[in-house]
This record gives sequence, structure tokens and C-alpha cells, in this order.
Amino acid sequence: MHIPDGFIDGKTALAAAALSAAGVSVALRQVQRELPPRKTPLLGLTAAFLFAAQMVNFPVAGGTSGHLVGGALAAALLGPSAAVVVVTTVLIVQCFLFADGGVMALGANIFNMAIVNSIGGYAIYRGVCRVLPGIRGQVAAMAFAGWCATVLASISCAGQLALSGTVPWSAAFPAMAGTHMLIGVGEGLISALVFLAILRTRPDMIAGTAEPGQPRRRGELLRYGLLVTLGVAVFVAPFACPWPDGLERVAARLGFEHRTAPSLFPAPAPDYRTPGIHWAVGATAIAGAAGSLIVFALALLLGRLLVPKRAAAISGDLKGL
Amino acid sequence: MRRLPAALKLGVALALIAGTALAPPGWTGWFAGVAAVLALAILSSRIPLLFLLKQLLLLSPFVLGVALVNALQPAGRAQWMIVAARSALCLLTVVLVSNTTPLSDILRVLRRARVPALLITTIALMHRYLFVLAEEAERMRRARLSRTFHRGRRLRWQTLATVVGQLFVRASERAERIYDAMCARGWQ
Repeated sequence: MHIPDGFIDGKTALAAAALSAAGVSVALRQVQRELPPRKTPLLGLTAAFLFAAQMVNFPVAGGTSGHLVGGALAAALLGPSAAVVVVTTVLIVQCFLFADGGVMALGANIFNMAIVNSIGGYAIYRGVCRVLPGIRGQVAAMAFAGWCATVLASISCAGQLALSGTVPWSAAFPAMAGTHMLIGVGEGLISALVFLAILRTRPDMIAGTAEPGQPRRRGELLRYGLLVTLGVAVFVAPFACPWPDGLERVAARLGFEHRTAPSLFPAPAPDYRTPGIHWAVGATAIAGAAGSLIVFALALLLGRLLVPKRAAAISGDLKGL
Repeated sequence: MRRLPAALKLGVALALIAGTALAPPGWTGWFAGVAAVLALAILSSRIPLLFLLKQLLLLSPFVLGVALVNALQPAGRAQWMIVAARSALCLLTVVLVSNTTPLSDILRVLRRARVPALLITTIALMHRYLFVLAEEAERMRRARLSRTFHRGRRLRWQTLATVVGQLFVRASERAERIYDAMCARGWQ
């Protein structure tokens, strides 16, 4: 799903580039902190690996072919930050040397395939690993994470296409999500098989076994989580279904909707529209992003207030997130 | 064309791509101008036209897919032509630059543009070890072919996965030796 040039417009490309730049710099800093210098060539090798894997197209139903992205696999093997760096490298080389993915769209492609794919896949992989124990659990987690990562990335991509007006959301979302649910099956399968093969011969190579309870890991996941949330708020939320929600529908049907009184507190952005911005989708996107940031800040504040400093230090090894 | 400095080529290419991607659909003059510049570049680079066309077609499936979805929309016809034209022009620019500039020059430009060193090192290593991996994969493929009887699809997938997994393990073991070699040659 490498987006070519001309498919997304300036503002979407800029927003995606900003998010990607933030994500990649977080990843680079994290990798420099965590990765022992001896393992630096491993990044390049994994990138070569993923590049080669991406050249293999496998058929999915309906005359389309899909190909691997491999972000989830890389994240399970090397850890989330290294995976972001690796996939970014692959995308940069593909963009500049092979014209696979536009130069303007590089930011968007990095966001979809390096950040959403890798981090989302990693988060799901860790989550499922906790629920299902043992090797079977890990392999199942890998397969599921591979599938989810592909679908999530395709949704983000659809959002970007729709935000640019290239394809309307009503067509982009089902087309992208639908085909990538099929492609994701292939990715999940291949990721799981390769993961199992490595697990059997050299389980020590799988770096993702560091406990996420460590404060460093927690900070890393936090930052990525924030970035992905912002991405969803900007690229996908504006296209949320505009039909009335359950309560509004019932109110309309039973005839008490006229009873809504104006709210006591004047809201700065009523109905998720930023005032002063006349373009509906953008207003929602900005309101969504601002709202996410505010909620995140409040959540941080709450955590600080509720957990006294000493207690936080003592229980630092419990499951943080 | 091959002898122009890499920074110039990359800069011009970036400007062309930015302009083409962002130009409003009415500016047919701009598209025509870009097409003329590209035609000139193709002539001076002496890359065979067939090769370029093949590259364009190879990279087009996504373009065609989205264009098709668009064409099926009621008002889509004119829009998909514009989208297709934009992508084709940008694609051609990148294909031209990439086929006339060695990677080391591109990386030098990136380093001067202050792209983080870790990223540049990873790109360089990736490029270098693509060929190494290809050789190793070819050796393993030949070994597998001469030792395995094809016993049905499931086993074939499993052996393929094992081979790929082994390749990764071997490659990462090699990575440590690579690091030592790099340090021995003065890399920091």
C-alpha cells in the first residue's frame, strides 16, 4: 500500500510527515539508547530482509496480489523502535531508488507502514502474548498481530486518501480494509511461520521479550501510543459515521429531542467542530487532535495525582500499561 | 545526465515532484512543462525507453486500482485522469534520478542535509547486504532443491519458512562479525 505521488494533497502529506518525523525521531533516539552497538548492522540486515520479503507477491482472491510489509514481525524480533527504523529505511530506499511510493507521500507511507503497522502490531503481539501462554500463544499472537497490523495500516491509508479528496471515504474504507483483511491473512501466516522457525532455533534472538513494565519501555510505548492516537484522530475520525447515535435516534423517534437545553458551559468546539475553520473535515480533524492531546495530558496528571511518588517507585515493576 | 551533481538532480526532482503533486488540476501548462523537462532528461540520459515504460507499468498497480475506484464514481472520469497523470510524471522523475545517480552520492547529499546518522548507516548497510542475502538465499535454495522431495504444499511452506528463519539467524550472526570488521576499518 505504498501511496504514489499525486494521491494525497499538501495538507495531508504535511500532517503525516510531521507525525512520521516525530515518530521516527523517537524511534531513533530509543534505538540509540537501547541497542548495543554490536547490533547496529542487524538493523540494516533486517531491512534488507524485509525488502526482499516485500518483493514476493502472493495471490489473494479476486485477481489482486498482496505483499508483506513485515512491520509486526520486525517489531516482535527487534523491538518496536528498531522495527520503526527498519521499515522506515526500507520505505526510503523503495521511494528514492525504486519509485515505489511517492516522495511527497513518504511521510504518509512511513506513518502507515512503519509506525501504525509496527507499533500496532507490537502492541497486539504483547497483548495476546500475555493472554495466551507458551510458544503456541506467541505464534498465535504473531499471526494475529500481523493481520491486525496490515488492516490498521490500510485504514490509516484510506483515511489519508479520503482526507485528500482523492477517493471518498465511503469507497476507500471498504476497498482498502476489505482487500487488506485478505492480504493480512497472508502476512499473519508468513510472519507466524518465520517467527516460529526462528523461535525454534534461536529463541534468544527475539528481542521483544523485555518486560514492558520497565519505566523506559513504558515511556516509549506512551509516546508511540500518543502518535498513533493523533494519527487516528486526524486521518480517520473525521470520517466517522455522521448518522445520529443511539440516544439521538431514540430522542428523534420519541419526540423529546427538542428538550435539549443549551449547555451551561459554553464549549469551545461544539459538536467537534473547531470554530473559525470553515472546512468541515479539517475542523473535526483539528478538534479530534486537540481533544486527544488534552485527554492525554489530563490522564497523565491524574496518574501523577493518584499515585504518590514513593508508591510509583516501589511498584515500578508491575505491568505499567 | 549522469554527470550532473547528485544534489542538483535531487533538488530539481524534489521541486518537480512537489509542484506536480500540489498543482491545482487546472494548471495544464505546468504538467506540459514538466513533461517537456522529463523528455529532455530521458534523451540526455540515454536510458532505453522500453525500460522506463516497464518500470512505470510495474509500479502502477496501486495507481490503476485507485484510479479504477475513482472512475467508477459518478464524477470521477476527469479526476482519475489527472491523478494518473500526476503519479506518472512523479514516478518518471524518480525513476530517472534513481537510474542515473549512484546510492553513495544520494547518501552523501542526505548526510549533508543532516539526516540522522543511524538512518543513513542503516540504508547503506541494507543496500550492501541485499546482494549478500541474495547469494546466501540462492545457496540455500539450491541446497533445498537438491535434498528435498516435494511432498505437498504444506510441507513446502514449512520448509520455506524454516529456510527464511535460518537466513535471518545466519544474517544476524554475521552482523556481529560485520560490526567487528567495520570497527577494524575505523568506523565510529
